[in-house]
Amino acid sequence: MNEKLLLKYDHIPGINTLAVYRQHNGYTSLEKALKTLKPDEVVEEVKKSGLRGRGGAGFPTGMKWSFLAKPEGVPRYLVCNADESEPGTFKDRYLMERIPHLLVEGMIIASYALGANASYIYVRGEYYYIIKILQKAIKEAYAAGLLGKNILGSGFDLDLYVQPGGGAYICGEETALLESLEGKRGNPRIKPPFPAVAGLWGRPTVVNNVETIAAVVPIIQDGGDAYAKIGVGKSTGTKLISASGHINKPGVYEIELGVPVEEFIYSEQYCGGIRNGKKLKAVVAGGSSVPILPTELILKTAKGEPRLMTYESLSDGGFATGTMLGSGGFIVMDEDTSIVKNLFTFARFYRHESCGQCSPCREGTAWMEKIIKKFIDGKANMADIDLLWDVQSKIEGKTICPLGEAAAWPVAAAIRHFRHEFEAYVRNPQSINEVKHYYRLNNLVEA
Amino acid sequence: MTTSEIKFNDEAQKKVQEILAQYPNDKSKSALLPLLHLAQAEFDGWLSPETMDYIASILNIQAIEVYEVATFYSMFNLKPVANYLIEICQTSSCWMCGAEDIVRYLEKKLNVAVGEPTQDGMFQIKTVECLGSCGTAPMFQIGDKYYENLTFEKIDAILEDLRKENKRSRYV
Repeated sequence: MNEKLLLKYDHIPGINTLAVYRQHNGYTSLEKALKTLKPDEVVEEVKKSGLRGRGGAGFPTGMKWSFLAKPEGVPRYLVCNADESEPGTFKDRYLMERIPHLLVEGMIIASYALGANASYIYVRGEYYYIIKILQKAIKEAYAAGLLGKNILGSGFDLDLYVQPGGGAYICGEETALLESLEGKRGNPRIKPPFPAVAGLWGRPTVVNNVETIAAVVPIIQDGGDAYAKIGVGKSTGTKLISASGHINKPGVYEIELGVPVEEFIYSEQYCGGIRNGKKLKAVVAGGSSVPILPTELILKTAKGEPRLMTYESLSDGGFATGTMLGSGGFIVMDEDTSIVKNLFTFARFYRHESCGQCSPCREGTAWMEKIIKKFIDGKANMADIDLLWDVQSKIEGKTICPLGEAAAWPVAAAIRHFRHEFEAYVRNPQSINEVKHYYRLNNLVEA
Repeated sequence: MTTSEIKFNDEAQKKVQEILAQYPNDKSKSALLPLLHLAQAEFDGWLSPETMDYIASILNIQAIEVYEVATFYSMFNLKPVANYLIEICQTSSCWMCGAEDIVRYLEKKLNVAVGEPTQDGMFQIKTVECLGSCGTAPMFQIGDKYYENLTFEKIDAILEDLRKENKRSRYV
């Protein structure tokens, strides 16, 4: 199983240019959509494909599109979420850098389907060089009549713009993204109303991840039914996985959903096994916010079945023994990794990225970071483990947006599966040596 | 202090018009983030209160609407910074692949602590959160450039090149 739909041509020299992209079927899906399909028929193909949001939530894309309100005389918008900031995730960056026209083509088709005549790609500000790549691709598309008025003689008009963020993870949450696009602080909005009804400037808006929009191109090319045949069950199609950490071959891999996790980690086709001949200790399978799993649970479910790279298999067993596919940010840790220290980097991240609107998240993330640092500093006691558990449990479900959960879940999972490591830090502040880190001791530990 | 001391040059003015053309006429506040990026690049790498007031005057909004945004986003510098702000990712995968060693190496090599500019105003180290370069860790960003799969030797060469270049780095 090695069906590639998005990264089929990523290594072709010059594929970032319109000319070379067109030599490799570029913009033929757009032509097909504009010349042979009505907007509703495009939506229908996407529904048939079973495509689910690739940003992390996994919500069916066709259904999201069908919720878009269409009041007479009110403009509606498509906004692409390119605010990729979930630690462990770098697939959208790869896709936009290598094949910017795939995103542009997907944006035009999706805008046509939704009846949007102005669309925006919101890119995290740190990716400024990507913004320049996209702007160049968009300029080429305008010059070729693929954007602007009366695209390919279809009567459909579209203007496409790129908007930079300012460095804030929270803007990956769709309503925070819209606030930011309106020139405000990235504070998530209370829902309802959902963006489909009141989004950008209070008008109906669909927000989709980069990879989701790119996937529309092969779906229109080959039809929704063909796409749905790829993958397993409700996990249809392919998924970009960002693989990082202690593996021999970190990078972005396009997998057909359903590849066994074990094959993904160890086969030469993908991660190529653990670096330096070490053993696998744990994996964060879907970006920093999903629960970490120890080797025995990431390779096999609690029932003993091989764990597969699908939405369903990764979440099998709930949070007690499972995790989530999330954004596909696949972080691999070898036997020498300190789970507590890695958790500290996550806790610091969420404290830094909390927008501060809801007190459970604003106060809770700072508190969790402080408690975890006590373990690393050798100043924690056993009761701190329960305190940490208590704090995380009081964030989940009590905030406007899912950043609360995103911050709480990794903490809960670390305690659930690696409680003994927290205890080791309490018993012996030097236990960081016992765990044999390959990295040198750092300032935090020496303090 | 008056806002007249701060003004975009002709080339930047052209960019301002291009940015404003991206939104409906009555929604120009949406231009705020792009304009702050442009202003930071044009006015010495940081946003002074005068610069922010100037942006407010262009968009015809209250100064506080600019301040509250500039203070929210981590890319906007509210104090002067060195020519080259070295932004080192320290989250998870980068940490696992030695980001802390990179920080310590730079501190020693440049003889400054995180956050302080070097005496000649050339370099400044900043620790930041995930920059989406996890598969090429450890890494840092300077302006719009990503420097990946870092080693101490690579860092030596990068700093040497930048010292020769001696130009303020920018995202825009």
